[in-house]
Amino acid sequence: MAIFINEHSRVLVQGMTGSEGTKHTRRMLQSGTNIVGGVTPGKGGQVVDIEGKSLPVFNSVSEAVAATGANASVIFVPPKFAKAAVIDAIDAALPIVVVITEGIPVHDSAAFFAYAQSKGTTRLIGPNCPGLISPGKSNIGIIPADITGPGRIGLVSKSGTLTYQMMYELRDFGFSTAVGIGGDPIIGTTHIDCLRAFQDDPDTDAIVMIGEIGGDGEERAAAFIGEYVTKPVVGYVAGFTAPEGKTMGHAGAIVSGSSGTAAAKKSALEAVGVQVGKTPSETANLMRALLNG
Amino acid sequence: MDLFEYQARDLFESHGVPVLAGAVATTPEEAETAANSMGGKVVVKAQVKVGGRGKAGGVKLAVDGADAREKAAAILGMDIKGHIVHKVMIAQAAPIESEYYLAILLDRANRNFLVMASVAGGMEIEEVAHTSPEKLARVGIDPNVGITADIAREIVSAGQFPADVADQVIEVLLKLWAAFVSEDATLMEINPLVKTSDGRVVALDGKVTLDDNAGFRHPSHEALIDHAATNPLEALAKEKDLNYVKLDGQVGIIGNGAGLVMSTLDVVAYAGEKYGVKPANFLDIGGGASAEVMANGLSIILGDTDVKSVFVNVFGGITACDAVANGIVQALEILGTSATKPIVVRLDGNNVIEGRRILNEAAHPLIEQLDTMDGAAARAAELAAK
Repeated sequence: MAIFINEHSRVLVQGMTGSEGTKHTRRMLQSGTNIVGGVTPGKGGQVVDIEGKSLPVFNSVSEAVAATGANASVIFVPPKFAKAAVIDAIDAALPIVVVITEGIPVHDSAAFFAYAQSKGTTRLIGPNCPGLISPGKSNIGIIPADITGPGRIGLVSKSGTLTYQMMYELRDFGFSTAVGIGGDPIIGTTHIDCLRAFQDDPDTDAIVMIGEIGGDGEERAAAFIGEYVTKPVVGYVAGFTAPEGKTMGHAGAIVSGSSGTAAAKKSALEAVGVQVGKTPSETANLMRALLNG
Repeated sequence: MDLFEYQARDLFESHGVPVLAGAVATTPEEAETAANSMGGKVVVKAQVKVGGRGKAGGVKLAVDGADAREKAAAILGMDIKGHIVHKVMIAQAAPIESEYYLAILLDRANRNFLVMASVAGGMEIEEVAHTSPEKLARVGIDPNVGITADIAREIVSAGQFPADVADQVIEVLLKLWAAFVSEDATLMEINPLVKTSDGRVVALDGKVTLDDNAGFRHPSHEALIDHAATNPLEALAKEKDLNYVKLDGQVGIIGNGAGLVMSTLDVVAYAGEKYGVKPANFLDIGGGASAEVMANGLSIILGDTDVKSVFVNVFGGITACDAVANGIVQALEILGTSATKPIVVRLDGNNVIEGRRILNEAAHPLIEQLDTMDGAAARAAELAAK
């Protein structure tokens, strides 16, 4: 098992005919993901050959689902068109929709998140995220598949490159699933959602949680760990040196007044018994020590 | 992007939110002209994006134009918590009977919008929330429903607004919501919203934050940017489409991905403790960074006179390490003898062997390669201290 995606995931790529979409469709196919087609409004009926596979293109997600039996989608369309693409996927009741696009206006994210909630049939991951990988089973998004293989650690992170770094540090153990939840102020799947899923996943033994400045998602995740998670968790928080009021790359990574600081997140995690590393390597070593007993 | 008070006032006015006459001035003369055109008493208010200006002496009442000129002369150039006052707003003075509070903001925790309303206006809302939370109504707003007349009425009742202003406050809420949506704001706060002695409800002071990601549908927001406050290196980086924040240390940082770069700053700060050095900047060259992007980034950092050493920290995911290595080599070729600072490089991930080979082969005297992030951070800190 793994969380959210596995060998039965049948994946659509929304925006497959664009340059980013094509590039990452190729990478996902190379890593064994079962891509079943693409969606680009106005280009329905075309067939695109990528990596030796002929992939049909559809005008809407509903058409694509009817023809291919897809049960997940990944979105690479530009910010301007992202809201329409997400709504299209929610209307088709796809269980998993991964939004890679960076730079979506937060009013659009708020609207499509509320819409997904009201329908109750779609889990959104992202936006502004690298996606997720269950090594050896499925890889939806842009996480490099060759960093490490399957294992029994679950990883949840706001940051893409810190996800890669941590997978690399713990490459000798491997991962059940690694989820990049994204760095925007509004995201569809939170640390808590992933912690719950990892706790409930019999093939995950331990969890690495990576957070960063901004909002209070890590504090709420800490409270959740205290009441629900019995598996060992180690944490890392980035942004101790970030100045107040400056956006650090991710739209959501900002310390406002005294809220959203890395120090507050670290102490909330430590208060529930989570060991927090000072650097990614130290965090990996904490996990290593836990797993080697 | 946070707006100045006068920009917020103008934005409110353009969306029909009731405001008093107001004008911005950058000189005492302009302040006098503005005050004369309004007639009567005016308030001269420092325009700074920081709270507590009243206590700092940045808000003064003036009885006429000449007085406004004097007050503006005193306020312009003031340093309020590190913010130099370059502009003042001349606002019509009004006899105030009551002060209220209204705000619409993005609620990250609940992933929707939030209205906060209170009849205890005029003070810091955090204080109201802390000392008398029962006086602060908080109502969540579904982004796909918005603030309807019925919801506005509920908010006014939850906020315990007096009956004689209820209809006007409802009207303000509806207008403010329309402005919030059509401008792609993440915060619109009116504090205080006042009832004047003649019974009118008007926004006396406002704070607005606009979503930078929505810039593509708001060409007019470009004009609201405060270029005077932008650091020249940050401005240069922005021209090159680089994500750069200037900090006050000595170790220049380049990395890929916001999270990894934030983490790099922290690791350098820890390593630098014993040398008394800190990170000099945040610079994320992003995913799929090309040689050209690396060259642009390196030249900005080497152009920062505070920088004593540079740490390039890349984990190749989409970005290939050979492209990064080529970028470093090309950047140093372009910069020639003007590049004099040591550069510590840590490459890992996609195509790392080729990337390290390129740097080894170039054998540039300024470049030093290390295998781990922690080790490289320590070395860069040490070099900056020399």
